[in-house]
Amino acid sequence: MKAWNTDLPVLLSPAKALAQRTQREREYALPQLRLKLVHGLLLVLAFLVAAGYAQAQSAPQHPSVLDTLFKWTPLLLKGFGFNILISVVAMGVGTVLGAIVGIGHVSRLRWVRVCAEWYTHFFRNAPWLVLLFYCMFLLPFKFTLFGVVVPLPDWAKATLGLTLPVIANMSEIVRGAIHSIPTGQWESAASFAFSRRQTLWMIILPQCVKRMLPPWMNLYSILTVGTVLVSVVGVSEVMTLVGDVLGSEQRSELLMPFYFYILIWFFLYCYPIARWTVHLERKYAVNL
Amino acid sequence: MPDTPSSPIVSIRDVRKSFGATEVLKGVSFDVAKGEVICIIGPSGSGKSTVLRCINGLLPIDSGSIRVANFDVHTLRSDRDMIALRKEVSIVFQQYNLYPHKTALANVMMAPIHVLKEDPKEVEERAIKLLTKVRLREKAMSYPGELSGGQQQRVAIARALAMRPEIILFDEVTAALDPETVKEVLVTIRELAEEGMTCILVTHEMGFAREVADHMYFTDGGVIVEHGPPDEFFDHPKQERTRAFLSQIL
Repeated sequence: MKAWNTDLPVLLSPAKALAQRTQREREYALPQLRLKLVHGLLLVLAFLVAAGYAQAQSAPQHPSVLDTLFKWTPLLLKGFGFNILISVVAMGVGTVLGAIVGIGHVSRLRWVRVCAEWYTHFFRNAPWLVLLFYCMFLLPFKFTLFGVVVPLPDWAKATLGLTLPVIANMSEIVRGAIHSIPTGQWESAASFAFSRRQTLWMIILPQCVKRMLPPWMNLYSILTVGTVLVSVVGVSEVMTLVGDVLGSEQRSELLMPFYFYILIWFFLYCYPIARWTVHLERKYAVNL
Repeated sequence: MPDTPSSPIVSIRDVRKSFGATEVLKGVSFDVAKGEVICIIGPSGSGKSTVLRCINGLLPIDSGSIRVANFDVHTLRSDRDMIALRKEVSIVFQQYNLYPHKTALANVMMAPIHVLKEDPKEVEERAIKLLTKVRLREKAMSYPGELSGGQQQRVAIARALAMRPEIILFDEVTAALDPETVKEVLVTIRELAEEGMTCILVTHEMGFAREVADHMYFTDGGVIVEHGPPDEFFDHPKQERTRAFLSQIL
């Protein structure tokens, strides 16, 4: 009479497996960045082919392609560090505010719920680039707060632009995690007369943390890759710098090797995060 | 055990409850005396679990009245009143619903400390005594995920007892358990019954119900079809529906 329950994927009907995958992607709120080692190897291969091809095309009086790459590496690394900085700041702020919006989704106050839902829907679905442009061109370059002039540099505006969708996606992750907690937990908390706030903070949210970690790290990976978007608004991060370098070198054959080079950096940064995400996902899937 | 109950500790009068268009309880009335053990049986969907949830105020009722100890449950609104009520009435669920991120001991201690605001030291002593009582003293530091279903259910019973309730509600507490572990939970419940705890059980364990109950109730289609002392109830059921149900189950 009891419903057939199993955790073994082989025993699931395809429809149920599909439902589970949909559920997981809902919890992720974003497509999963499924990086594998083979992707990295392909990138390295592509880089070597591009570099070799560029070398063959180079005029003999120019320094070799690899020498040129290494010459510019310190500068580009600085730019890459800026990408990381932007991603960390956007993620940090986005996580805190996103958690607040996410909890707003289960508020008992209707207007809070509606506001949170609107925010999440709007900023999850708005193109990141458009949000970026809005922040860049609608925000002033400085503003006055209590008589103090606070400068608002471009990179800060760009980071804010990236933070907006991060908040929305984070709130969706929080909402999904809260909803994935069995209703029995709410019921048992209510039967012991825990207040709504106590239930949320002492019983529901602590259980959510584990469930949120993998999608949260996935979001961070996607954000990191997305930081190159700020190049279009002229912040001197790694993509902007590559453009500058290529401009000053005046050697069109360097284009491919340089971009693949940068791609490998992003892979090296994101791959461990992706692996760890998968690891955590497996670990928590067994013992929740 | 109690031969002449003075005034009932639980008194339910003509309770009705609907979920949407479905009327789950169509006028249910019964009394439970202090120290009495009653068992409610019936086919699934007959409203057994709903009655329990109404008794401790988890579900609001549509009409009728529920009086538990000194509380008119159907009129309670404020959190403070609910806390006061739930000090009197604890519930044990079919799915245990332990907090998976807390140890067995912490599960037992949580509500008394945070809801009743009792002294943590004192609560811990009591919690350890309760875990000893359900024979899980050595599992105090284990997490629910590390315990068997029967062990989790006994922790849930200890957790319910930690509120020092007058009444405990058991909602099909053995339905999700392996046959081997059912017994250890039933033993625990029987001990409670023998100590004079007022128990309301919804159960499918007929043998156990017959042995432990002071009074049996059979519900079907949202009404109480028949009730009576267990021997009479099981050996000479008066209603046709009761006979049909019992012949299916026994």
